[in-house]
This record gives sequence, C-alpha cells and structure tokens, in this order.
Amino acid sequence: MSLNNKPSRQLNRRKFLGDSVKSALGIAAGLAVPGVLSGCGTKEIENFFQKHFLELSPAELKSLLARLERENLKKYGKSTVVSAKPAMPGVLFGYGLDLSRCIGCRRCVHACVKENNQSRDPAIQWIRVLEFSKEKGIDFAEANPYYCAPGSGAGAADSSNKLPAAPPPQLTGEQKQILADPVSQYPLYKEKETEGPGCKVPRPEHFYVPISCQQCENPPCVKVCPVKATWKEPDGIVVIDYNWCIGCRYCMAACPYGARHFNWAEPKLPSEDVNPDMHYLGNRPRYRGVVEKCTYCIQRTRNGRYPACVEICPVGARKFGNLLDPNSEIRYILEHKRVLILKNDLATRPKFFYFYGL
Amino acid sequence: MPIVNFLKACISIWLKGNKYYWAWVAFLGVLIVSGIAAYFGQIMHGLIVTSMRDQVSWGFYIGNFTFLVGVAAAAVMLVIPAYIYHWEPIKEVVLLGEMLAISALVMCMLFVTVDIGRPDRMLHLFPIFGKPNFPVSLLSWDVLVLSLYFVLNLVIVSYLLYTGFTGRHYNAKILIPLVLISIPSAISIHTVTAFLYNGIVARPFWNASILAPRFLASAFCSGPAILIILFQILRKVAGLRIKDEALAKISELMAYAMFINLFLFGAEMFKEYYSHTEHLIYTKVLLFGVGGTKVHLFTWPALAASVTAFILFLVPKTRKNFYTMNLGCLLIWFGVYTEKGMGLVIPGLTPDTLGEIYVYAPSLTEYRVAAGIFSIGFLIFTLLVKIAMPIMKMKETNPAGIRLVKPHL
Ligand code: SF4
Ligand code: SF4
Repeated sequence: MSLNNKPSRQLNRRKFLGDSVKSALGIAAGLAVPGVLSGCGTKEIENFFQKHFLELSPAELKSLLARLERENLKKYGKSTVVSAKPAMPGVLFGYGLDLSRCIGCRRCVHACVKENNQSRDPAIQWIRVLEFSKEKGIDFAEANPYYCAPGSGAGAADSSNKLPAAPPPQLTGEQKQILADPVSQYPLYKEKETEGPGCKVPRPEHFYVPISCQQCENPPCVKVCPVKATWKEPDGIVVIDYNWCIGCRYCMAACPYGARHFNWAEPKLPSEDVNPDMHYLGNRPRYRGVVEKCTYCIQRTRNGRYPACVEICPVGARKFGNLLDPNSEIRYILEHKRVLILKNDLATRPKFFYFYGL
Repeated sequence: MPIVNFLKACISIWLKGNKYYWAWVAFLGVLIVSGIAAYFGQIMHGLIVTSMRDQVSWGFYIGNFTFLVGVAAAAVMLVIPAYIYHWEPIKEVVLLGEMLAISALVMCMLFVTVDIGRPDRMLHLFPIFGKPNFPVSLLSWDVLVLSLYFVLNLVIVSYLLYTGFTGRHYNAKILIPLVLISIPSAISIHTVTAFLYNGIVARPFWNASILAPRFLASAFCSGPAILIILFQILRKVAGLRIKDEALAKISELMAYAMFINLFLFGAEMFKEYYSHTEHLIYTKVLLFGVGGTKVHLFTWPALAASVTAFILFLVPKTRKNFYTMNLGCLLIWFGVYTEKGMGLVIPGLTPDTLGEIYVYAPSLTEYRVAAGIFSIGFLIFTLLVKIAMPIMKMKETNPAGIRLVKPHL
C-alpha cells in the first residue's frame, strides 16, 4: 500500500454518486451545525469536504499541501514546506535505546518538542522519561515521571534546545478570555515543576526509561480507530491524519504505552519556534481536538536523516535504523545485545527496543 | 393530510398541561439553556474546560453514555417478561419501553457528541460520507447498532402513536416482527458497548470477559426501575391499566437480575484478590482509593444501595409494598449509575498505562453539559408520554381492543 504508486482512480459511477450524495448531505449538515463549524470561511468549508488522505488523487494531494502551506504562512508568517513523501521501499524503521547509558536529562524531550512543532501551551511532549529505582526494576506502579532534572537552561550543552517558550507578551482577546475563565484553570500535568538548575541526574540507584510511541507492528490504536484516521505506513511508522481524526480518544484508551496525546485546547506555537520543514503525517501544526504522537520524525527519517532525539542525546543512548538492512546498527544491537521490549505479554510487537549496551 | 393533523394535535397536546407540567418543563428548560451555554464554552476553548487529560482521557461524559445505553437496552427487554407472563397492557409496556429507549438513545448520542474533539467531523463515522473502520473497530459497530436500534424504536413508536391517533388498528403483521427484532437489538447494543471496553488489552480492569454479562444484568435492573415508577404515575393520572401483580413481577425479575449482577461482581473481586497480580491496583482504586482517587467514596454506598434493593425486591412483602418498591427503584438507580458510570470509567483509566495517577473529578462544565443532556432526554420523554397518554386512555373506551401480542402467537 505504498503511497507513491497508488493506481490512478477512475471516476466510476458509484464513487460519483457517493460524492454527490456526500456533497448534498454535507451542505445540509453544514447548514445545520453552523455553531460547530465556527464560522464558514472557505478554509473551513475546504476542511469540511477534505477526503481521507489515502483517497486523495496526486493532484488533490498537491493542492492540499499547497493549501496547508498557505495556512501556515498566514498563521505563523513563515514559509514552510509540507511534504507527503511516501515510505521508501525495503525500509522498516526500528529504534534502540540503551538503558545502561540514558541519564534522564530530558534533552530528547525538548529536542522533540522543537523539531515536531508540539504545542508549547498547553505543553505537549511526545517523550516521557520515567525514573525507576534499580532495586525495583521496571514496575510502572513505582515509576516517577516528575523527577527533577537540571533542564536545558542550566548549563546544558545545546543552547538551541530551550525550554518551552514564555507566553507571548501581548495577550490576544481570546487568551485573555481563557485566562479569565475559571474552569479552564485546571493544571495540565506537564506544567508541574520538573526542572530546576539545582537538580542532578542521574540520581544514584536510579535508572531512566524514556517512552514514546513504540511503533507497534500490531498496533492496538489502529485497530480501535472508528474512522481509520490512524494507520501503519509501509515503513512501519504509525501515523495520524490530523484532518480526519474525530477526537474520540479511543486510541488513547487502547495504547498500552501512553504514547498518544490529545489537543485539549488550541495548540500554541510561537512563530519563531516553528520548524518549517514539515510532513503531512508528522510535524505539521496540529489542530484543537485531535490526537497526535511520535512519528519517528517522519519528515527527517524519510529523507535519510536521524530523528531529532537521536541527534541530541548527549550520551549516545539512542540508535535508529532500518530493520531490513542486515548491516544496520539496529540489527547489530538486536543480534548482539540483551534486548527487551515493554509489555511483551500484550503482543503489540513494538519496533522500539530497549537494550543494555554496557 | 392526517400526518399534518397528527403533528398539529401533538403540538396542541404539548401546549396543554397543569402547573406541575409547566413547572417541570420550565425546570428542564433552565437546565438545557445552562447546558448549551456550557457546551458553547467548551466549543470555544476546547475540551480543556473539562477535567479530562491525557492520563484520564474519558470521564463523566462516557460514563453517562455507558449507563444510558443500558437504560435504552433494558427498557425494551422488558417486553420479554411482558409477553411471557401475559401482562394485560402489553401494548403500553412496549410503547413506554420504546419511548424510554428513544429518549435514552438521544442522550447517548449527545454524550458522545459532546465528548469528541471534532464534532464537525462526525460524518466520518458513517459510510459514504466517511470511512468507518468496520468491522474492526468496536466503536464503529456501536455507531451501527445504536443507529439501527434508534431507527427501529422510532419507527415502532411513531407507528403506534400514529395509528392510535387516527383510531385505526395497527397491523400486527408489521408491528410484531419489528418488536421481535428490537429485542435482540436491545441486547446487542449493550453487548457491543461492553465489548468496546472489553476489547482493550491495555486496560486490565476492562479486559475481563465478565463485563458484557455484567452490563446486561445491571441494565436489567436500571431500565425497569424507571418504568415501574412511571407505570404507577400513569396509572394514577392516565388510568393505565397495569395490575399490581405485574409491577411485583417486574420487581421480582429485578431481584434476580441484581443477584446475577452482584454475583458476577463478586466473582470478579475473587479473581482479582486471590490472584493478587499487579492488576489489582485498579480494583483498589475502585474499592479503597489509591493516591487520592475518589471513586471508592461512591462505590460503597452504591454497593450498599444495590444490596438493599436486592433484599427489598426479594422479600415478597417489601416488593409488594409501594413505598419499599419505589425506594428499591431509587436505590437501584443510584447503585447502577455509579457502577456503570464513574465506577467503570475511572478505575479503568487510573492509574494510566505508565502507572501515573491523575485524580479526575468532573469540572463544572461537565456537570452543566451533562445536566443539560439529561434534561433534553427527560423533556423528550415527557413530550412522548404526553402524546401517548390520550391513546392509552382511548383503550378504556375500546375494551375489546388492542392486544399487541396474542398469547397463542
Ligand atoms: S505505542 Fe501506542 S500509539 Fe504507538 S503504535 Fe503502539 S499502540 Fe499505537
Ligand atoms: S481520536 Fe482520532 S485517531 Fe484516535 S481513535 Fe479517535 S478518530 Fe481515531
């Protein structure tokens, strides 16, 4: 089901009928739910009628990508490139994480936020680093995601890797309204204080397990989605179409690794922090009310680059490569190291392998 | 045009009523307006105005949805005993049951709508307009069976009301097959809803095969509980001819259903505590609270209510006494509402899959939206019952009249 050599679709009768019925009812629905559609600009209407990603013809895909680029330009005042580069044949991505090296500094977390245009407020982070005590081992009931790390502000090696940006000085009317609304004051867990210059990692007698999407070969999240908004690509990456997801969050209930995150509010991304190198199925800006998660930096890895977390890791704990290539580093690890996968008993078959390199 | 006349008649019936009727409608109206205002705020700001977060990604809305699917299912399942025991006003049992089912289903659909992040993309759930993940996703099954069940009930109720209004006898050849289909569909909607939770391996608290039977057993308590009270009211104000024996029989059946429900619950508790694996923590959240969770504060009163109701309905003396019978109904409502609502959703999601405990309690927005949805449901039910009342009365003037299912059928 590779994206590039999709057979060009003929306009058969059924499809034509389906489309016209769809338009008619769509218009009816559009008239019936004006409040929900929050105004009916052309953008909203185009969004409303957009087809599922896998059903777009090459021409439709092209105009869709162009539209997204225009929207980005308008919203962030920055020109961006939204690609939809398909999977390369003969590639199945796999990830290795060396538990004996990871020091729990959370640099990967912030590099990921930056690379993938994650919302800074409310803060969404695709990687969660859990601290475990060596005595108890990996027991999730004992995991501490809120341990204190020095943070990248305090003498971190890479200054470009900064903490979530401060809120813009000028509050918009809507932001003021949100701040004035008492019910929106519930804290997000990610706003808990987990970083301070006085903190030191690794703490003695502790070890760290960063967890993000495990890109399961048998992904329960894909199985449950009622609208096929999420699927596994030929290179093994599980992706989400943010323009198709209805935000039911069934996939979040089904994911055994807490990898999926929901846009509870309008994601906020300061223009100066926008990473302009985007992929439709990856790091393009998300919308309120949809689910997102790690995509192995699809915008990088499909162009032969390493994921951002691999590059930033100061101790080289992160490895990435093609599982189908017998000479790849990831294959070497699988063949020569002690490897473990999380929640083996659920048969999700993660392509994210934790190993002991030392 | 009889249909236009029928609609006109409906409106004039709705506009007539005593001061209690208007007070009730006004009360519901206030709650509906408040709910709509709260939902508008949610549309403006996103689901951040609820207390749900990534760790507890479903909450009060989905809990209410689950409970109401049970009500919708059980209201119609009551037709089975009505048929077996030859209750005299079986048409009324069918009619009221299906009307309750319609109201409950409207509430179910509204609860799902307010819970999803992109209600504007609702059409993606349906064939032609969208891309339903059928048959793999249980949620797309649920959409299918709930829609079918809704249409079925709507057809039966409109048909009965319309023929009643025009004074014609309904055609049993049309009606009986529809009613007979609606019974297995009632069971199927609740089974599918149970499977929706049941199929999630990531959540051990839900991943128990006993869930679907438990759902059916508890539904068979909560649905009839509301009908028992309603039958009594209608008997008083509208002269519905339902015998005391029928009410006692329903109570007796509820006692059995409650026994099965409590037994299955006990079986689940035994398995959890005796095997004492790491999965026990979810049951601990349900029963004793872990790290500040609050559900257990409701679990024990709810269990006590269920057990008390069971005893009240088991002892012939208390099940025939109207005070204790109605008390039992209220207790059952409380018991099942807690068990199927927050008692199911919260321990299922807390702690989350990585062991974190996020203490969820619904926000004001969630309470207001939920109260609004319940009010819409009650309003629909009130209006439906009001149209049905004259038709049910009409039967008194036509004693030779109408029996839906003949005993020898
Ligand atoms: S880790 Fe979760 S989100 Fe990622 S593929 Fe597996 S089930 Fe899906
Ligand atoms: S939240 Fe979106 S991706 Fe997840 S199951 Fe629902 S529609 Fe599918």
